[in-house]
Amino acid sequence: MGSRASSLLREEDIEEIKKETGFSHSQITRLYSRFHSLDKGENGALSREDFQRIPELAINPLGDRIINAFFPEGTNKKYTAREDQVNFRGFMRTLAHFRPVEDNEKNKDLTSGEPLNSRTNKLHFAFQLYDLDRDDKISRDELLQVLRMMVGVNISDEQLGSIADRTIQEADTNGDMCISFSEFTKVLEKVDVEQKMSIRFLH
Amino acid sequence: MATYLSFQIILTFSPLFSLFSTLQSSVFHFSQRFTTAVPESCMLILLGLVLGAVVLIASKKQPYQLDPGLFFLFLLPTIVGDAGYFMPARLFFDNLGAILMYAVVGTLWNAFCTGFCLYGVKMAGVIVNAGLMDFLLFGALISAVDPVAVIAVFEEVHVNETLFIIVFGESLLNDAVTVVLYKVYISFVEVGPGNVYTADYFKGIASFLIVSIGGTLVGLIFAIILAFVTRFTKNVRIIEPLFIFLLVYLAYLTAELFSLSAILSMTFCGIGCNKYVEANISQKSRTTVKYTMKTLASIAETIIFIFLGISAVDKSKWAWDTGLVVSTLIFILVFRAVGVAGQTWFLNWFRLVPLEKIDQVVMSYGGLRGAVAFALVVLLDKEHVKAKDYFVATTIVVVFFTVMFQGLTIKPLVKWLKVPRSTNRKPTINEEIHERAFDHILTAVEDIAGLNGYHHWRDKWEQFDKNYLSKLLLRKSVYHKSELWEAYQKINIRDAISVIDQGGNVLTSARLSLPSMASRTSFPEVTNVTNYLRENGSGVCLDLQVIDTVPGAKIEEDLETHHVLVENLYKPRRQYQSHYSRHFMTVGEKERQDREVFQRNMHNRLESFKSTRYKRHKKDRNPVVVPMAPEEDKHDPPEPDKDDDVGITFVARKAPETPKERPKSAALDGCQSPVAAPPSPTCGEKNLPWKSGMGSLPPCVSVEATKIIPIDLQQAWDQSISSLESLASPPEPQHPRVSAVSSLGGPVWTPAKGKSGAGSGSNTGSPSSLQFKFPTGKEDEEEGTLSQRQQEMQALMSSLRQPPPPATQSAGKRRNPCVYLRSLVTVPPSGAEPQSRKPTQL
Repeated sequence: MGSRASSLLREEDIEEIKKETGFSHSQITRLYSRFHSLDKGENGALSREDFQRIPELAINPLGDRIINAFFPEGTNKKYTAREDQVNFRGFMRTLAHFRPVEDNEKNKDLTSGEPLNSRTNKLHFAFQLYDLDRDDKISRDELLQVLRMMVGVNISDEQLGSIADRTIQEADTNGDMCISFSEFTKVLEKVDVEQKMSIRFLH
Repeated sequence: MATYLSFQIILTFSPLFSLFSTLQSSVFHFSQRFTTAVPESCMLILLGLVLGAVVLIASKKQPYQLDPGLFFLFLLPTIVGDAGYFMPARLFFDNLGAILMYAVVGTLWNAFCTGFCLYGVKMAGVIVNAGLMDFLLFGALISAVDPVAVIAVFEEVHVNETLFIIVFGESLLNDAVTVVLYKVYISFVEVGPGNVYTADYFKGIASFLIVSIGGTLVGLIFAIILAFVTRFTKNVRIIEPLFIFLLVYLAYLTAELFSLSAILSMTFCGIGCNKYVEANISQKSRTTVKYTMKTLASIAETIIFIFLGISAVDKSKWAWDTGLVVSTLIFILVFRAVGVAGQTWFLNWFRLVPLEKIDQVVMSYGGLRGAVAFALVVLLDKEHVKAKDYFVATTIVVVFFTVMFQGLTIKPLVKWLKVPRSTNRKPTINEEIHERAFDHILTAVEDIAGLNGYHHWRDKWEQFDKNYLSKLLLRKSVYHKSELWEAYQKINIRDAISVIDQGGNVLTSARLSLPSMASRTSFPEVTNVTNYLRENGSGVCLDLQVIDTVPGAKIEEDLETHHVLVENLYKPRRQYQSHYSRHFMTVGEKERQDREVFQRNMHNRLESFKSTRYKRHKKDRNPVVVPMAPEEDKHDPPEPDKDDDVGITFVARKAPETPKERPKSAALDGCQSPVAAPPSPTCGEKNLPWKSGMGSLPPCVSVEATKIIPIDLQQAWDQSISSLESLASPPEPQHPRVSAVSSLGGPVWTPAKGKSGAGSGSNTGSPSSLQFKFPTGKEDEEEGTLSQRQQEMQALMSSLRQPPPPATQSAGKRRNPCVYLRSLVTVPPSGAEPQSRKPTQL
């Protein structure tokens, strides 16, 4: 797949992506040009370095984690050319998590499986950022790592530890001192995730 | 004169009002259903009507009415100040686009449409005769949604935050439009419509920009000044709230002075300064500001609505015209609805979360008119606006209709439409953390997708804020704290209060971590000191920095601490000696208690110094076993606090002191070794007032006691620690007398001037740093780590400070034990430690 480097986006690809992600035609082409400009190797896929070249990501505390999220574990040939690369389909698939939930989607029966921008998928994306070893549990260490990224150096380990402890105790219902995905969902059930995990893609 | 008169009236009436309000609330207490159905504003207006009628009957004329000068100068700013300062900034800026749209476009649309349509109706000959400009003027003042009415009504309705902030924000920001339109039309009316040229319209537009942007700028400038000032009020905590009130009000007055939009200025001053000011000022000032502002605002609101009612009774001021009243009512309702629908349609193209149909209904229905419109219409000059009386009457009807009818029906409407309500829930720590993570994620995704969207700019702003603004406007100690930690603390404090309210059983049994514990920054350190002390068996480790390396069995520690904390909080102290000072608040019951605990600890510490010294003589390197004071009251269940509207109430219990008596002797025996405490002093000391005071306290308090050293005493704690530190290092060339005294090796010391607690503020002038040489760098270093709370108490602390004993004597007395104590911790190089050595290196 990598051989079709820098080829222009084909209509059938667009159709397929549209179906999968729910982005509109113009959004897809717009994002494709962005994808293309990020793709410095011009091989139709983005590597980690391509992402790391984005200056704003370098100062984003969770930048590296988010880059990681673009590279799913199970290598699906459809989305990644190689282990460490992501093609446009994969790129769009990840971005689709952040598409706002639209009115007509709320009532649509979910025959074709859950849309990528569903509440669960949005939450799962966030969950994965914490869950480094992908065992579907956020352990204390994993939480601490993320917390350490998000706070400055002025907080002592002790303080951070007490925040982490408290966070886990609050969320943990089965007493395994980890936050499972269901616990994660439960603890955020009052949060308007649909809104807080969405961005407005230009039409 | 008029202002003076009204002011006097208000003064005479205010007790009356408060009486009425009290009556009101007590009456309402019986009929819950009545109050929930009828908004307070309606009641107040009705009350005003009744009062007005009474006055009218009594004096045959109506001398009182809502005076515009008074309204704009005193009543409105209190409400706007409260609204601006407590504006939820994030929510406000999230919806700023929509708010601005409704405030500017919506208000303009309403004003013009109402004005022109009224003119059209006039042309049809149905209503009173007035010029086009008059109608446009009237349209301008009647079309603005009123902040006072919106706050009064919406606060009781509890619609969801987005909806509330849009209507509320609109009502505040449309001031600029109203002010400009009003002033422009007034000037047009005054020069006569014939003399208005095209250029004047452009001047009008330009003046709109100046008024709005200028007002905002003035507000922001004052916000910066205010934030900057509060950065340096560490030692004058008592006037912090004053600064806030003054500067926020000054923002209003300054804008008013330059004919800019005063409401806009005050709002933005409030929004802008809130973050920094709240972080800079003390907890107490925060509470003061909050309650004072809320109280003032509700007083102003009460007065406004009552005066609206009273003013309506004055028949000489208005003239009735049914046509005008009816058509105005219809027009403002229709145009509001149409305007909202049109703008929402446009906005939904850009909004992440589109505004639903029901939201639009509530927004159009919530467009309440109020006192601002009334005050503006009263201000009209009858010379130029002939139809003023008709306009006044119409405005009164419109205000009454919107506030009373719409205010009354909006609640059922919201219920009926099933508008999502606000939950009024405080975020949990999980939500705090994860929502922060969401923000970062969204920013990153926007960057990856190459969109310079909202999150991108918000992130940019936050960077700027962090790098420049916060650095400039926040105290150093605050600046270095993380927001997340702050949020964590806030949650913990909240929990602590609820734990104490519930008798401390719920959370503890759920094994949740201990709220009260880490609720203050320095607690972890203190706990760790405790750990260290416990491990070493004596009060040796005086260095807060070392401690971080000591791991603590946190959970049990927390549980214990919590337990001790809860029960100790309830211990009453008597013999409260109140003294009055204007600039220093009397120390509350709690501080008093803390002080005693502190003294007990210091005494304890001294005792253990003595005993360790003794041990050393015996070449015994084992730590001293500190006998634990029996804690009989440990298992007393904390009394549940029934009072739920105040934070923590300390409930006095009987006979608090008595249990303390018993452990005394036992502990004394255990602790004082024959050598360390030579025979004579004990009895001699007993007679000293100071010593006898000490005697009633257990000399060896259990280590837990050290944990409850309140933050407020942290500084004193630190100071005494460092003073001990500096004593520990080899003394400077000693005063001959000192060595003489120290050679006596004993009981000579007559510390201080009486028990410092009962004692006196007279010691204030002698900071121990003068007496003991401690490293000067220490204070600065601590600034970062010490919690803000402890600083705030500094002014109050002066009387708390252990009055440094006359240096000569106490130094002689204490020096030896301390030198030894050092060697317990780390065996020092046998040579002298350099004097300058910092305690951190210990």
